[in-house]
Amino acid sequence: MTVNGVSHTRDVEARLLLIHFLRDDLGLTGSHWGCDTSNCGACVVWLDETPVKSCTVLAAMADGRRVRTVEDLAHGGRLDPVQQGFAECHGLQCGFCTPGMMMTARWLLDHLPDPSTEQIREALSGQLCRCTGYENIVRSVRWASEYEASERGTGRRGAGQPGPAAGAGARPAGEGG
Amino acid sequence: MQVPAYVEYEKATSVAHALALLARYGPEARILAGGHSLIPMMKLRLAQPETLIDINGLSELSYLTATRDQLRIGALTRHAQLLDSVDAARHFAILHDAELVIADPVVRNWGTVGGSLCQADPSEDLSAAFAALKATMIIAHPGGTRTVPARDFHTGPYETVVGPGEILTEIRITVRPGGGSAYEKVGRRAGGWPVGAAGSALWLDGGGLDGGGLDGRGSDGGRLDGGTIADAGIGLTAVGAPHFAAAEAEDFLRGAPATEESFARAGELAAASCRPVSDQRGPADYKRHLACELTIRSLRRALARARQHGGGPPGGIPQDEGRAQTICR
Amino acid sequence: MSAAADPAHGGAYGPVRRKEDARFLRGQGTFVDDIRRPGMLHGAILRSPLAHARILSVDTAAALAHPRVRAVITGEMLQQRKLAWMPTLSHDVQAVLATDKVRFQGQEVAFVVAEDRYSARDALELIGVEYEPLPVVVDATRALDPAAPVIRDDVAGQRDNHIFDWSAGDRAATDAAFAAADVVVTQDMLYPRSHPAPLETCGAVAEMDPVTGKLTVWATTQAPHAHRTLYALVAGLPEHKIRIVSPDIGGGFGNKVPMYPGYLCAVVGSIMTGQPVKWVEDRSENLMSTAFARDYHMHGEIAATRDGRILALRARVLADHGAFNGSAQPSKYPAGFFHIFTGSYDLQAAYCEVTGVYTNKAPGGVAYSCSFRIAEGVYLVERMVDLLAAELGQDPADLRMANLLRPEQFPYTCPTGWEYDSGDYPRALHVAMDLAGYPELRREQAEKRARGEYMGIGLSFFTEGVGAGPRKDMDILGLGMADGADLRIYPTGAAVLSISCQTQGQGHETTFAQIVAHELGLSPDDVEVVHGDTDRTPFGLGTYGSRSTPVSGAAAVVVARKVRERARVVAAAMLEAAPEDLEWARGRWQVRGDPEQGRTIAEIAMAAHSSLELPDGVEGHLDAETVYNPPNLTYPYGAYICVVDVDPGTGAVALRRFIAVDDCGVRINPMIVEGQVHGGLADGVGMALMQVITYDQDGNCLGGSFMDYLLPTSLECPSWELGETVTPCPHHPIGAKGVGESATVGSPVAVVNAVVDALRPLGLRHADMPLTPANVWSALQGRPVRADVVSG
Repeated sequence: MTVNGVSHTRDVEARLLLIHFLRDDLGLTGSHWGCDTSNCGACVVWLDETPVKSCTVLAAMADGRRVRTVEDLAHGGRLDPVQQGFAECHGLQCGFCTPGMMMTARWLLDHLPDPSTEQIREALSGQLCRCTGYENIVRSVRWASEYEASERGTGRRGAGQPGPAAGAGARPAGEGG
Repeated sequence: MQVPAYVEYEKATSVAHALALLARYGPEARILAGGHSLIPMMKLRLAQPETLIDINGLSELSYLTATRDQLRIGALTRHAQLLDSVDAARHFAILHDAELVIADPVVRNWGTVGGSLCQADPSEDLSAAFAALKATMIIAHPGGTRTVPARDFHTGPYETVVGPGEILTEIRITVRPGGGSAYEKVGRRAGGWPVGAAGSALWLDGGGLDGGGLDGRGSDGGRLDGGTIADAGIGLTAVGAPHFAAAEAEDFLRGAPATEESFARAGELAAASCRPVSDQRGPADYKRHLACELTIRSLRRALARARQHGGGPPGGIPQDEGRAQTICR
Repeated sequence: MSAAADPAHGGAYGPVRRKEDARFLRGQGTFVDDIRRPGMLHGAILRSPLAHARILSVDTAAALAHPRVRAVITGEMLQQRKLAWMPTLSHDVQAVLATDKVRFQGQEVAFVVAEDRYSARDALELIGVEYEPLPVVVDATRALDPAAPVIRDDVAGQRDNHIFDWSAGDRAATDAAFAAADVVVTQDMLYPRSHPAPLETCGAVAEMDPVTGKLTVWATTQAPHAHRTLYALVAGLPEHKIRIVSPDIGGGFGNKVPMYPGYLCAVVGSIMTGQPVKWVEDRSENLMSTAFARDYHMHGEIAATRDGRILALRARVLADHGAFNGSAQPSKYPAGFFHIFTGSYDLQAAYCEVTGVYTNKAPGGVAYSCSFRIAEGVYLVERMVDLLAAELGQDPADLRMANLLRPEQFPYTCPTGWEYDSGDYPRALHVAMDLAGYPELRREQAEKRARGEYMGIGLSFFTEGVGAGPRKDMDILGLGMADGADLRIYPTGAAVLSISCQTQGQGHETTFAQIVAHELGLSPDDVEVVHGDTDRTPFGLGTYGSRSTPVSGAAAVVVARKVRERARVVAAAMLEAAPEDLEWARGRWQVRGDPEQGRTIAEIAMAAHSSLELPDGVEGHLDAETVYNPPNLTYPYGAYICVVDVDPGTGAVALRRFIAVDDCGVRINPMIVEGQVHGGLADGVGMALMQVITYDQDGNCLGGSFMDYLLPTSLECPSWELGETVTPCPHHPIGAKGVGESATVGSPVAVVNAVVDALRPLGLRHADMPLTPANVWSALQGRPVRADVVSG
């Protein structure tokens, strides 16, 4: 299979779950697991450009397909706008659900660049977070959507601006220091 | 996280190949489609097949085809595809309603319609939806195919008529004029198994136009009552309804006027015909109540759709309708 | 120096973006299951399928014959090493691996060590255990029946399932107040068994180095130092040869406080095999065997005058502690801080009794952000206040406003002895009501009722007591609850703060950097926070009970100020002035009246490491340490308002709005504070509407997966509406109070009050959590269903 653009060939047991292959065989520990019953979504990765719960997919089923994990979001040292949004809007606390949330958010914005709050919540409804109460995750996705809109210069609110700050007086760590 | 027991694996390259593999590996082989019903069972070691036959590469089973009088759904159709299908929503809004509340968006990306039906969980929403629509299942076997009405497809919890050497290939629904359908589900939380759910499909006499013309309104000015029910289908989920259907309620509605009184009676009959079990999701009397209440609500919406659209809008579900009833929305 | 650090602009407090995000966003966090050590083996636990049974035999031969299995540990083997039992945090003992009996479904029976996790799991099926089933009791209300099976026959003299009786308050005064009252309202209510379910399950990697004898354990622990000491005491290992590392932790919420058998077995496995052993539990193991929360059967009584003056509160509680008393709270308080159930009101008297019992369920009890049972107490008092309002025909907001403590009453000692330090309660309630548009909501409710639609408005006003706690009052297993902090300033002015508390998502790497930066005129980027490694950090009791900011945060302030004072002396030497002639302004020590003559901490640090001559008795460098013993708890509080819409036809509850006004004193990082509140409010939705760990009468745990133990998703949670008031804590060095658990403590009852408020016209007076559609509907029919124990 191809993972984050790199081709891998292995002999594996049929029962090996994709999440374990990614984490234990390839060392891509950014994707996590948190349940036994496909409920929590900490394991969400892309399989052929579609978010799936990799704990419920056999590695063998991904044979010949393309997998994308959180490690592939940033490029050339530059964070994806989704990642930037999560940083700006405090969309993560313990960070355990975050990779899965971001992979789904990235897919959502690729297909629906200007989602409503309701649509964001619906898209993330298969993934659990125990820390954030979801509010800041939704704001993070909104931030990324608006940032990308302004980058595209489509005239939506925030056009021409780098995107709204998460709250009044928002200051990134280290700026101006 | 729990992990499956050792299992062998084959990848099928065609339906014929899959059937041949099933024959070769015998009754301890299982078809692996989306895997989102089977793999969780395997991880909990409640299912321990000896061989998995992966059919995810069989694009010949992945289709959603609408003709004038038929909707044909390939068994490998992912839930997300059925949810997004304009054709399906146009003709059978109940399928759109049900898919919206099946599992969650990510699971729907990979889980398949056929896989869910073959898992045959008594709480599977699609089973009731297809029962209400009086769909037909097409099953492939080495000698060809056979046809089974949706209502005969399930023989018990986690049991279907699909034999060890067979594969479900298609679900087929006849498009009839004057129809409308809807699904109503109550769960303890979004994306969970239902505590109880009901889906209704109504076909009205005169194609739903009640002699009033092509504007979709009856001569009575579009009120809820008026119009006669030509045929009805009622599917019930998670309440122990035989074959996921409320046959007595359907029989009562056939030929009855489409009124609140009729629907109330149908609800009572639906509730009486099911055999819910008390468990941690809820007590039996509550589930029986839901069977009645949700039958009535789904009938109301099915009727509104039948009358408003004469079958369904070209663009899908009307904007002002909102989702099927679920918890916490 | 950055504007962010400039004290003239408010210093380093504020919504500073988190430093820890850099690694989490890239998937570069290091959680326990991410850890791979050379030669690492994998452990798996065989667990009892039965809730209560004698163990007749354990046959491990087939498992040992598995080609990839390296060891199988049984209770008998541990018994020989005197490790089969370990102390709990409540002065009880808990089996590490069962020897005589199993006492709850899921109890640990054997531990397999294998080369990979799949083989370890396979090998579990090769272990043969013969059980002799015994009668089971899972209903706490039956645990003290004469015929109930005795669960703890391992305890000498234990002839029943009784653990403790405990009481607080003045019984006679309370009885007198009730006798004299115009109105008395009583209600039974259950706070059902729940589970914190952090997204990351518990686990450890244990590595005993056979050459050096050094044991390193990477573990999901909220209290690494306490665990280190426990390993030394339990396993008899020299403590200076034990290193506990809490790496990144995927949520704790109290679930990761206790020592679990899996950790100890991993240690033993490593000692036996000479290789590192990793054990990480499944979700089912987490839900069935690790520290649960709540399970309080409560009887509440409230006494008042007929015009609504609350006089007294009385409560009787049956506490279900499971098969071992493993609840984690300061040792003098077997019912935690439940006796703060007096709430936020001016009472004449209060009295409570708590009886703890054993049942055939997993141990635990204090977890899930309860602030040591304050969640239970708040639930009780706020339900009783709403019930009283209904009885009197008064608006529940008016009733609360009339009875809230007034600012001039602080410091206020409540009838059960807690000294609330500060607060302006009426103001918080006003702010919440304004944010909610309370009068408009009541108008809308009236209109809807007339149309047969049911909306409800529920309030909660809570007072928390957090930041345990003063040495004279509090210890856990004899360990005092004072936290150490070390601060070193390197020659170039970079700072390293080592703290004892342990973040599990609370953002300590940022907030503690802000604390030090604020005191020393640095940028938070100049301050590195070290935590989680017992080899690199001072002793402390860890993070739970919202204690990080009140205790470790205070320690960080104190140690930073010590450094600042040492810097004053060095600066004086640099400036050839007397130390008392210097003042601290804009991040510098400067000569009073001659501000050009000043030095920053960075400049002073270099000088402190140089050959600069210092006065006699003054040591060089700019390092300091402290141990902070808090003088009191801190008392965050809040006013919450919840709006729901209920469908009586199905019992479904939709949460429309949730307004939360919190006062946690000074807010170091408002962004992080709000995030903490958001998370806790989601807990309220979950506990009030869907979460419960249910058992059947045979002791089968029916809440062992996320299919049945339901957690709220983004669809159940509304967009939280937050407000704040700030009443600084008078005894905390920067006036902060802590906030981590406030929302979890305060929110469930607001949701319940809202649902009952919605359905009052239909005759509903009370219904127990979780208010699932089935439970709401059943309560409306007058046939309430117990959610925690089902038949069949």
